[in-house]
Amino acid sequence: MPDETAHTETLTPGLRHLRYMSDTPVDADEVRHVAELARVDLDEDEVEEFAAQFADILEYFDALDEVPEVDREDELVNVMRADEVREGLTQEEALSNAAETEDGFFKGPRVS
Amino acid sequence: MSLNAFITKETVESDDDGPLSGKSIAVKDNISTEGLRTTCGSEMLEDYVPPYDATVVERLKDAGATIVGKANMDEFGMGTTTETSAYGPTKNPVDESRVPGGSSGGSAAAVAAGEADLALGTDTGGSIRCPAAFCGVVGIKPTYGLVSRYGLVAYANSLEQIGPIAPSVEEAAALLDVIAGPDERDATTREEGEDSNFAAAADGDVEGLTIGVPTELVDGADEGVKAAFWDALDELEAQGAEYHEVSMPSTEKAVAAYYVIAMSEASSNLARFDGVRYGKSGGYEGNWNDAFARAREEGFGSEVKRRILLGTYALSAGYHDKYYAKAQDARAWVKQDFDAAFEDADVLASPTMPVPPFELGESLDDPLQMYLADANTVPVNLANLPAISVPAGETDGLPVGLQLIGPKFGEETIVRAASAVEN
Repeated sequence: MPDETAHTETLTPGLRHLRYMSDTPVDADEVRHVAELARVDLDEDEVEEFAAQFADILEYFDALDEVPEVDREDELVNVMRADEVREGLTQEEALSNAAETEDGFFKGPRVS
Repeated sequence: MSLNAFITKETVESDDDGPLSGKSIAVKDNISTEGLRTTCGSEMLEDYVPPYDATVVERLKDAGATIVGKANMDEFGMGTTTETSAYGPTKNPVDESRVPGGSSGGSAAAVAAGEADLALGTDTGGSIRCPAAFCGVVGIKPTYGLVSRYGLVAYANSLEQIGPIAPSVEEAAALLDVIAGPDERDATTREEGEDSNFAAAADGDVEGLTIGVPTELVDGADEGVKAAFWDALDELEAQGAEYHEVSMPSTEKAVAAYYVIAMSEASSNLARFDGVRYGKSGGYEGNWNDAFARAREEGFGSEVKRRILLGTYALSAGYHDKYYAKAQDARAWVKQDFDAAFEDADVLASPTMPVPPFELGESLDDPLQMYLADANTVPVNLANLPAISVPAGETDGLPVGLQLIGPKFGEETIVRAASAVEN
C-alpha cells in the first residue's frame, strides 16, 4: 500500500478515524488510538510511558524489513472432529466465575 | 524468608498409583486446576476457580502425583524474570537478590529449593528454559504438538508448550513421559508422544553424537557464560561427541519476529477478558466498551497492556504487512536455517541465556532490553522444535544453563545428550 493511501477504520460505534500508513514514531495520540481499539483504558502517565517505549520497540521491529521472501513449506492439515453433542460444563459450572448472573445467564453491560 | 514461589499453596492428593506416586509437583498458575484458583499471575483472575482440569493435570493425577500448589509466574507468561506477577516477584534460591528467570520462575525456584520434587512450566519463548538455567535445574520445552494445551490459559498458542522442570534430566524426561501424547481436546497434538519412554534415553551415551554450535547464539554472550558453555562442550567431546560451528543468520531476526507474533496472538487471546464470564468486572456503567476497557485497565499490569497494545498495533490495517506478515516470513526462515543445520548435526548447542540471572528490579524499566535476553530461546519456539536446558557450571557463583536443541520430535536425542552433561 503506498504511503499516500488513506483508509477509514471503524472502531467503536460512532467513532471513525482516518489513518495513514507512515513510519513516523508513535506519539501519545497513536497510543490512545490503539488502546481504544484494544479496549484498554490507560491513564496519562501510562500513555506517555508507552509512547516512548513503543518508539524504541517498533524501531527494533523494523529489522524485519531485511527478512528475505521465504517459501513457506508448511505441511499443515486440517484436523476435524465429528459434530456430535458431547459432555461439557453444566450451566452452573459455566456461570460459577461470573461477577453477576441473572436467571441462568451471564449479566453484561449495556450494548449501546 | 519465603521465595514467593507459589501464588496458591494447597495440596491436592491423588488416589491413583503410578509413576509419580509419592512425588510432589508444583503446577504453573496458568494451567487450569479444577477447584483450585488459577490466576495466571494476574489481578484479572484473582478469584478465578476453573471448573475443570487441564489434560496435563488429569495425567498428573492419574500418575499418582501430589500437587503442592500453583507456582508464581510473570503475568500471563509475559516476562523473563517473574517480576511482572501481580503477586510479587519470586526470589532465586541460589541467590535471593536475583530473579529466578521467567516466566515459569515459581516452578523452577520451587524445584531448586526443594519445595516441590518436580514442576510443570510453560514455554512460549523460553519460559521453561530460562528459569531452569537461572535456578540451576533442568527444563524441557517439548516439540510443538507433543503435549496437550487443553486447559492452558492461552498467551500465544502457535508458540507455547507445557513442559517439565526437575532436578535431573532423567526426572524431567520421566515427567514428560507422563504428560506427552495425543489429546482429542487439543487438535494440534500429534501421535508421536504416545507411549514414550524419554526417561530411558537418559543414559549419558554421546559416543558419535554430532553437535552444531550456532555462532550467532554464542558470540554476544557474557564472557563467564561463554567460558562455562565451552567447558561443557569440551566435556561432551571428551565423552565421544564432536562439535562444529554453524551459522544461522535468521536467528538475528528471531527476537523481533517472536515478539511481533507473540504480541499479536496475545492481543487476540486476551480479548476474552472482558469481566463478564470470569475475571475482574468493569461494572455496568456506560456502554459495554467502557465497561470492558475499565475491567482491562484494572485487571492487567503494565507488561500485559504493553503487549496487547503492540499486538493490536502490529495487526491493525496499514501495519499488518510491515510487521505481522514479515514476522511470519522470518519464522519460516528460522525453520529453514534449523533444517539446514540439522543436516550436519544431531543436536544444536548454545548457552540457554546469554547472561547470568539479573538482579531483582534491574530490568523492569526497559522492556526492550528484557526482550533481547530471550535471543537464544525464541528461535526454538518459532521453529516448533524441542529443547532442553541443563545446568553447565557457573559464573561468579551463579548457574549457567546449556541449551540443547533437537529436530522435531527429537526429545530422546536431547535427553541423551543432556544426561551426558550431568556426568
